[in-house]
Amino acid sequence: MPPAMGGGLAGSELRSRRGRCGSQAARVVGRDVAAEAAARSPKRPVRSSRRFEAAGRWALLALVTLVSFATRFHRLDQPAHVCWDETHFGKMGSYYINRTFFFDVHPPLGKMLIGLAGYLSGYDGTFLFQKPGDKYEHHRYMGMRGFCAFLGSWLIPFAYLTVLDLSKSFPAALLTAALLTFDTGCLTLSQYILLDPILMFFIMAAMLSMVKYNSCADRPFSAPWWSWLSLTGISLAGALGVKFVGLFIILQVGLNTISDLWHLFGDLSLSLVTVGKHLTARILCLIVLPLVLYVAIFAVHITVLNKSGPGDGFFSSAFQARLSGNNLYNASIPEHLAYGSVVTVKNLRMAIGYLHSHRHLYPEGVGARQQQVTTYLHKDYNNLWIIKKHNTNSDPLDPSFPVEFVRHGDIIRLEHKETSRNLHSHYHEAPLTRKHYQVTGYGINGTGDSNDFWRIEVVNRKFGNRIKVLRSRIRLIHLVTGCVLGSSGKVLPKWGWEQLEVTCTPYLKDTLSSIWNVEDHINPKLPNISLDVLQPSFPEILLESHMVMIRGNNGLKPKDNEFTSKPWHWPINYQGLRFSGANDTDFRVYLLGNPVVWWLNLVSIALYLLSGSIAAIAMQRGAQLPAEVEGLTKILLRGGGQLLLGWVLHYFPFFLMGRVLYFHHYFPAMLFSSMLTGVLWDTLLRLCAWGLASSSLARGVHALGILSLLLGTAYSFYLFHPLAYGMVGPLAQDPESPMAGLRWLESWDF
Amino acid sequence: MLGVLKRPIVVTADINLNVVALTGVGLLSRLWQLSYPRAVVFDEVYYGQYISFYMKRIFFLDDSGPPFGHMLLALGGYLGGFDGNFLWNRIGAEYSSNVPVWSLRLLPALAGALSVPMAYQIVSELHFSHSAATGAALLVLIENALITQSRLMLLESLLIFFNLLAVLSYLKFFNSQKHSPFSLHWWSWLTLTGVACSCAVGIKYMGVFTYLLVLGVAAFHAWHLIGDQTLSNGRVFSHLLARAVALVGVPVILYLLLFYVHLMLLYRSGPHDQIMSSAFQASLEGGLARITQGQPLEVAFGSQVTLRSVFGKPLPCWLHSHQNTYPMIYDNGRGSSHQQQVTCYPFKDVNNWWIVKDPGRHQLVVNSPLRPVRHGDVVQLVHGMTARLLNTHDVAAPLSPHAQEVSCYIDYNISMPAQNLWRLDIVNRESDRDVWKTILSEVRFVHVNTSAVLKLSGAHLPDWGFRQLEIVGEKLSRGHHGSMVWNVEEHRYGKSQEQRERELELHSPTEVDISRNLSFMARFSELQWRMLTLRTEDSEHRYSSTPLQWVTLDTSIAYWLHPKTSAQIHLLGNVVIWASASLATAAYTLLFFWHLLRRRRNVSDLPEDAWQHWALAGALCIGGWALNYLPFFLMEKTLFLYHYLPALTFQILLLPMVLQHVSDHLCRSQLQRSLLSALVIAWFSTACHVSNMLRPLTYGDRPLSPSELQALRWKDSWDILIRKH
Repeated sequence: MPPAMGGGLAGSELRSRRGRCGSQAARVVGRDVAAEAAARSPKRPVRSSRRFEAAGRWALLALVTLVSFATRFHRLDQPAHVCWDETHFGKMGSYYINRTFFFDVHPPLGKMLIGLAGYLSGYDGTFLFQKPGDKYEHHRYMGMRGFCAFLGSWLIPFAYLTVLDLSKSFPAALLTAALLTFDTGCLTLSQYILLDPILMFFIMAAMLSMVKYNSCADRPFSAPWWSWLSLTGISLAGALGVKFVGLFIILQVGLNTISDLWHLFGDLSLSLVTVGKHLTARILCLIVLPLVLYVAIFAVHITVLNKSGPGDGFFSSAFQARLSGNNLYNASIPEHLAYGSVVTVKNLRMAIGYLHSHRHLYPEGVGARQQQVTTYLHKDYNNLWIIKKHNTNSDPLDPSFPVEFVRHGDIIRLEHKETSRNLHSHYHEAPLTRKHYQVTGYGINGTGDSNDFWRIEVVNRKFGNRIKVLRSRIRLIHLVTGCVLGSSGKVLPKWGWEQLEVTCTPYLKDTLSSIWNVEDHINPKLPNISLDVLQPSFPEILLESHMVMIRGNNGLKPKDNEFTSKPWHWPINYQGLRFSGANDTDFRVYLLGNPVVWWLNLVSIALYLLSGSIAAIAMQRGAQLPAEVEGLTKILLRGGGQLLLGWVLHYFPFFLMGRVLYFHHYFPAMLFSSMLTGVLWDTLLRLCAWGLASSSLARGVHALGILSLLLGTAYSFYLFHPLAYGMVGPLAQDPESPMAGLRWLESWDF
Repeated sequence: MLGVLKRPIVVTADINLNVVALTGVGLLSRLWQLSYPRAVVFDEVYYGQYISFYMKRIFFLDDSGPPFGHMLLALGGYLGGFDGNFLWNRIGAEYSSNVPVWSLRLLPALAGALSVPMAYQIVSELHFSHSAATGAALLVLIENALITQSRLMLLESLLIFFNLLAVLSYLKFFNSQKHSPFSLHWWSWLTLTGVACSCAVGIKYMGVFTYLLVLGVAAFHAWHLIGDQTLSNGRVFSHLLARAVALVGVPVILYLLLFYVHLMLLYRSGPHDQIMSSAFQASLEGGLARITQGQPLEVAFGSQVTLRSVFGKPLPCWLHSHQNTYPMIYDNGRGSSHQQQVTCYPFKDVNNWWIVKDPGRHQLVVNSPLRPVRHGDVVQLVHGMTARLLNTHDVAAPLSPHAQEVSCYIDYNISMPAQNLWRLDIVNRESDRDVWKTILSEVRFVHVNTSAVLKLSGAHLPDWGFRQLEIVGEKLSRGHHGSMVWNVEEHRYGKSQEQRERELELHSPTEVDISRNLSFMARFSELQWRMLTLRTEDSEHRYSSTPLQWVTLDTSIAYWLHPKTSAQIHLLGNVVIWASASLATAAYTLLFFWHLLRRRRNVSDLPEDAWQHWALAGALCIGGWALNYLPFFLMEKTLFLYHYLPALTFQILLLPMVLQHVSDHLCRSQLQRSLLSALVIAWFSTACHVSNMLRPLTYGDRPLSPSELQALRWKDSWDILIRKH
């Protein structure tokens, strides 16, 4: 809940006194913080104590930042080989340096930044990043790791400032900072060339600027207000630009903005014009600005990657025409299909490939023993087909015949160029998809039967139109059975050379898997046109990249017998991820949260739900609380509520996802959970202290509680630090091992 | 307590003739010619087989939903004296004379008929006028899709009935809250809400959406109750407790009860046994129980056992070996050890028998006193028919090269020593000295030399392995996975030391003795878990559709076609009703936000109680629609038009309320009001007309000529069947 109500009135008084943004929560507990400061310097006069406090505040922040950087940069160069997903993201960074086009399921910002960092630090993009464990040798990888560690180090000061702003309590902020600094998981994840530190940096930056602009609510349209608001927007664009997980923080900021506007709208002292201004400011900074930045990221991405590379096959033919090195680049081919044209036919669904046939028959027991028809992802002579009239076998390329164009609705025959067999289908079940019909190559030298006739249709066009290369979306309908040529996307067994199954589906559904386009086109009788006119516009490229990314994400399905990580494993720290090494002689790094921190977080969430609901019910029952308790309750409900919402939004959507999940997906949620722990324990200890009547004892309880939590986490970090900084020697089962006795769960394998 | 006796017992009848009349026409529309067609219509072919299983008391597992709906259908069969003898194999097959079609279709039809007066009741409990209530009921009455769906052995009408019942009884409860809390009336409606919710969930998992709706609204009201400071703390607490018991406790207990009845009814083994664990199968009469009854419980050194993979995916199978060896060189050029194959085989076979041997002794029989095998013991497994020992070594497995090959060791005398010691790891042990038990213990075999774990990789071996499943030694055992866990299914104490005698012994059946009973909770949790996790291969269907096509009615399902004429039944909605219901939803949303924003600026167009009623109507109807519709966008299973019907019902309820709101609060003059009424009447007559035009496709009673059928094909996407002559 943003403290916006009535903020306009009370603000002026605050401004003159403090000169900085302060919220209502600050006023409620301001007394408390002062008391805290006074406790540290009991005898000093008020004015100098304030100056001391300001200096102390900066010193504390500097200390937190320093420790964070020190832990993240310690032994950053170890191990000097590729660890885990560095093989992907390092490779993709290299692609940017080499400007070759590639495909990834995530938006490009993270990899672009990695590439940039590599480029600036003198990495030349020549390392192959083939598989985890490859030695870097003379290649300069430290720039990229350093960049990720740099961003990862900022998480802790950001969390510190966020909690400080939400709770106005230094101990709470300090506790949060300690939890995150001493968490081996966050540490490990920040030390390698991965997207996660970049993603988390933007998420935390967005959260921090959102909280900051909430506390500026009493001075709307001031310079800090504008800058925090636009910083929020920029960070949102950054988060979304790295991974689609950024949508969750966008959702959080969106919810916060809606409730903020709702309060402004209900404030009858504000005119509708003022409310309108507020609304416009938010639309500008939180919708327009991020959108522009996000599109700009893609514009840069597409401009930089202008060479053909491993990602071509995922994209449509028209898209490929703009990549230098691709055979469609600067090519010129006839525009309209005519009889006698030699063509390749590509499926519109991603990663299906070209219609293909070869001199091998379907094995016995798999439908009719005729020639196989499959789809194949690579360019090959066997992808070439000749378009012929269904009823004559005369050579249409004979110069005495006039050119006859193929039109939407024509009955055609497709002859395989290399084997001279016709594309054929019949009432036999397809090899893998039982409910579809088998598609084969049939006939000798182009003479077959009526099962070789197909009606060619262009999707969403009128009958009689010509058919365009690349642009027309074609369906091939089998005349006799009425089924549609499609690819099921299933991989054929060895006999089919592990190419993909082609079927004829009797269900006329508008799915991409039964839609094709013509890619290569050879016809000597027709004039060639340059493909440049077919090049897609930028909005089309943007749309296509997103479609391909979304489909790619959906395509990452866990296989049946694979052991996969489940979302419920994560908060209990059930199982880690091997970053490097498996055997006892290897240098091993194991991504696992510091169990003390994680289990404390888990307990804290339960405790928060309990205490939060008690507090909420008490308020709803209209209980008369002492001022101090009421202030603490508000912090618990408002500040804690925002953090809990962040945790919920970054965690629960994973339960609905069908794709393969990994342990490291939990870390953004873990940041929120740690911040919640900080706020919760500080508030609870203060309440405890308040409950104990005697004041000296009271202060002791709070200080002692916080101190023991700090020391506890620090000690557990001392125990578990080899997980992150690397360990050599026997595995933990062995009593000789440095980690002996620390394998608290059997599922941890380090 | 005896206070009731002090007053005379008075019955005052208060009969709303509207309700009676609506019930009458509801019954008429749903029951008319109910046993026509006397043939299997669409999904009757699917539910029918479960009805037969109930009649024959045979255990089955249907992953599509909990068994309450199936049970209700079977109740119809029971009342009609159905013996279960019908082969449900083809849509359109004629029913034989022993199938009581009328009584089988009766319960869904009754549920569909009673939905009509319930729609009336709900709208009037929401404090809208009687004409609005009658309108809602009439719309439900003439909606063709609802009629079709309730006249067949299908579950949607039952689900809709309990959805509406849950909402209605919650409203009755809520309305009695102000005047007479904790009265009998109050209690009975509150309990009925919980009962209806659990019935809805028990019919289809989809019922959970309505349950969530009711819980959400109840929680919102309860929150206001907490804020009511005129009530004492104790009073508030007892209110909350009553709701918790009735809306959470009662449904949970009922849900368990219904599984209890389900398992009580189905006590015989049947075709789905294989999916369940050995222990579960042993609790069914016949099947595995016949084999395993009387097996000794504790596995001892010298025991003869079959080992079943607990995971059972892709197929349930048993650890198996046979004379054939791994091919020297695989197709891809890798080499093997050329030793005897070990596979997992999905059928019972004498080659599935293994003997548990003590590595320290040579005997293959059970000594007396018998020495049970315990957790952590090292054992050897001897293949019964070939007397070779289970072995694994650092050779890549045939299909999973990252794992070790598992073989039965043949000594070729080529410096490849036998590595045939396995440590027994009982996964579900209670103490570290637990004994290995038949059926009950789930065990892993950890290889002593390499700490690889015996695992079913799930891949099918090529022809040289007879397409059996591959077994590997998994070196990187990440956590506990079902594919590494085995249990003893068949077991006996071996008595014969000589190989020839032993082969005879292996061929003979195991002896019979005691039965093992699984507790109800264990059976319930296993059944529920399997139902939730069973993944049948997603099949395409000619009539499947996507959620986006439902709102615009861009799809239809052909349910049945007369074998000779062109009479046919189609699931088709009344286009007018579907379109206006969607419009009403949009209109409500706009109006709601308009009022909400104006109220926020302290401009009130509506009196406070009218606003409350308007908001509650929206929360229930729009909430019911959204909860029953939007989750389908996230589902990956095959979807059909009938999945939309529960959501549609909620949308239809909202329609007359929006009209009344427009007339009451937006029409400024009497003239506008009369104009609106005229429009409403015209619109309603159109809806009736459309409903009547589609009637032949709803009831399938009248053959239509091809031109008439063509004329009814208002959308290209409607797949109306036209015979070509």
